[in-house]
Amino acid sequence: MIDIKKEQQNNYLQISVEGEADASSAINLDKAIREAFDEGHQTILIDCTNLNYISSAGLGVFMSYIEEISSNSINFILFGLSEKVLKVFGILGLDQLLNIKESKEEALQALNGI
Amino acid sequence: MSISFKLTPKFYMRLSMVLALLIWLIVSLIDVLQLLAVRSGVDLGISREIPILLYDFFYVFIIIYYRLRIKEEDGGNFVDLLWRVFATGLVTTIISLGFKLFYSSIGDSALGQNEFLRIFTHGVNTAVISIFLISTFTVWKKLILYQKSRRLVVYWNAFEALVIASIFFNITGFTLRESLVFQIVFILMAIMAIVLSGNLKWVAYLNFKQKWKAILLIVLITIYVFYFFAELYVPPSESAAWLNSIDNLFIITLFTFLLFYSVFSLLVILFNLPTSSVFERKMEEAINFQRLSQSIQTGETEEQIFDILLTSSMNAVYADAGWIEVSNEETSTQFINRNISRESINKIKEQIFSSRSRTVMKNPLSNSNSETDRVLVTLKRSNFKSVFVVPLTVQNKVSGFMYLLNEVSDGFNKEMINIINTFASQASVSIENFKLMGEAISNERYKEELDIAKRVQRALLPEVLDHDESFSIHAFTIAAAEVGGDYYDTFKLSDHKFAIVIGDVSGKGTSAAFHMSQMKGIFQSLAQMDLPADEFLFRANKALSQCLERTSFITLTYFILDTKSKKLEFSRAGHCPTLYYDKSKKAAEYFQNKGLGLGILRNDGFRKFIHVNELEFEKDDILVLYTDGISEATNAKGEEFGFDRMKTLLEKNAHYDPVMIQKIFISKLYEFCGTKDLNDDYTMVVIKFD
Repeated sequence: MIDIKKEQQNNYLQISVEGEADASSAINLDKAIREAFDEGHQTILIDCTNLNYISSAGLGVFMSYIEEISSNSINFILFGLSEKVLKVFGILGLDQLLNIKESKEEALQALNGI
Repeated sequence: MSISFKLTPKFYMRLSMVLALLIWLIVSLIDVLQLLAVRSGVDLGISREIPILLYDFFYVFIIIYYRLRIKEEDGGNFVDLLWRVFATGLVTTIISLGFKLFYSSIGDSALGQNEFLRIFTHGVNTAVISIFLISTFTVWKKLILYQKSRRLVVYWNAFEALVIASIFFNITGFTLRESLVFQIVFILMAIMAIVLSGNLKWVAYLNFKQKWKAILLIVLITIYVFYFFAELYVPPSESAAWLNSIDNLFIITLFTFLLFYSVFSLLVILFNLPTSSVFERKMEEAINFQRLSQSIQTGETEEQIFDILLTSSMNAVYADAGWIEVSNEETSTQFINRNISRESINKIKEQIFSSRSRTVMKNPLSNSNSETDRVLVTLKRSNFKSVFVVPLTVQNKVSGFMYLLNEVSDGFNKEMINIINTFASQASVSIENFKLMGEAISNERYKEELDIAKRVQRALLPEVLDHDESFSIHAFTIAAAEVGGDYYDTFKLSDHKFAIVIGDVSGKGTSAAFHMSQMKGIFQSLAQMDLPADEFLFRANKALSQCLERTSFITLTYFILDTKSKKLEFSRAGHCPTLYYDKSKKAAEYFQNKGLGLGILRNDGFRKFIHVNELEFEKDDILVLYTDGISEATNAKGEEFGFDRMKTLLEKNAHYDPVMIQKIFISKLYEFCGTKDLNDDYTMVVIKFD
């Protein structure tokens, strides 16, 4: 089960992902991110604080946006990943391609630093 | 030579008949002799009991004969049984009347006064009448015991035993008029006969025509019974007194019983006549119901089921016209109509919508859905005054409606509505079964296809792994579904160089299996080129970029093992870190090098994420390759099997061979998870250097 909430802040869109991103729920995650991209958001923060588990299908969703992020120069930042989830990103090597921050403060700092 | 007898019931039947006949002849002969003796004043010395006893045995054999005979017949047609009784009675009457005619013609001539002749004719008369009585008795028995209960059988057996015992009552010499014992026993048996006469279940199963026939036959049979009684009541005046049949308890009881039962059944049939059409209709409903429920087996289509439904419903409620409309796939509507044209259908439907006089009834089977309500409508400006509308539901969806029309107003009563409800739900069940059957067949086909896919995929994984005497290798894999996305393979690069690969496609099931087969193709092509590990991954990534789905990727570790130089070269493309046991340190560790999954970065930028690692191995060092199905397997508490557990496990069991190490790992894994059903593909390859 996955629960996705979208929240428009002053200068960024925050997508909160809660629960488990597995083969069946990854479609919902993909839909939410796709919408955000299509709406033309330049700054997107993904809150993974309550993401308990991510399967390869869930990783595949994030992976599929890597090229779009770099070609459209979108600020796409993930934060609040649990140790377990972060480890999965690390093994696959996705941590080298995605902007991952420890907390929301760090994510916002990184935004302001630009 | 010996003659072998087959002791069939037929044989016993014939035997009892022959014996009865013989006995009768002997009794007649004794009678004649007695008469002669009386005339000549000579005592023959034959006691009076002997002819009576013989006569009793005559009855017994006749009873045996008819009991066997009725058993041979297969019951069910009651009119036939009654007809047989009537025919027997007819023959008896003709014989008896024939004698009467003969006597009246010879009148007072010498022959007419001949006592021998009179004794003989009386004997024949008594014999045929008792045969008639006994045969009727057995038929009545069959009718009474139709749809018998245990209690009835017990009661009947008691009665029958008494009747048979009463045959021998005449030895006592008691007479009806003088003996109190005789009277009491007779009244007792008569009461039993009345109680038994209440069993007339067979009457209900006669249709109207059969009932009339039965009435006719029973009336005639009753007349016979009366006539024969009168016949026997007037015995030849000078015949031996003890042969006076009317003082025979057995014969009197038979007369009484036969008469009671005849009268009872006559009355019951008469009273049942007006209701027999209702019973027939009920039977027809039951048959229609059966047709509806059986239609699936005979391979009929949905349309035929609706057709049977409409016909049966119309018959059941005396509807003058009706139709069924079924919507197919929301586009076309199919009509099945009876006694009504399509034009009138449209007119009546308009009137139904506009009519204010409507009664809505809940479907007894689904209480919440208002779509399935039945509607009773009264029309004013139409030939048809009342309409009953029944929604037809298949798999909980209303797929059509049945309209039943009647020319009289209030043409449908509660009883009829109940029947229609039953028919409609049975038709729904039949159609549902029909559809489910179709679904089951196609599911079966998918299953077969998946089985083929499973076999094909299994063949993609190598059965024999390339190696030489300097190392041993063992692999183990299980897919969560029929097919999976885990991959391992080996390739012999030269006499002392081997390529070994382990990989995992993102996702599970069929899509993963397709990508896995692509990976196999790429490995088998690129390995031949004997490329460095990083170059292999770079090219594999490029190839996969063209064929992987947008959200799919493959993790892989590629090893090149040189047994001559004892060197191991490998590169990791996002796959789980390899577990390595170093014998000299007596410790295991994971290769924590950088890497990136294949298909994640689909351009040349991928190259910079790939590194090559090299190491030298020693004897008894161990490599454990695995997929995340093992390391990320979780138990009920949500804990992962994890790297630490695997590391400790390898260190503890490093002295075993690869097969044993794999077995220990997997059994510990199952023990940890508490199940063998891990919900993911899992694979491990163990290599030990010798």
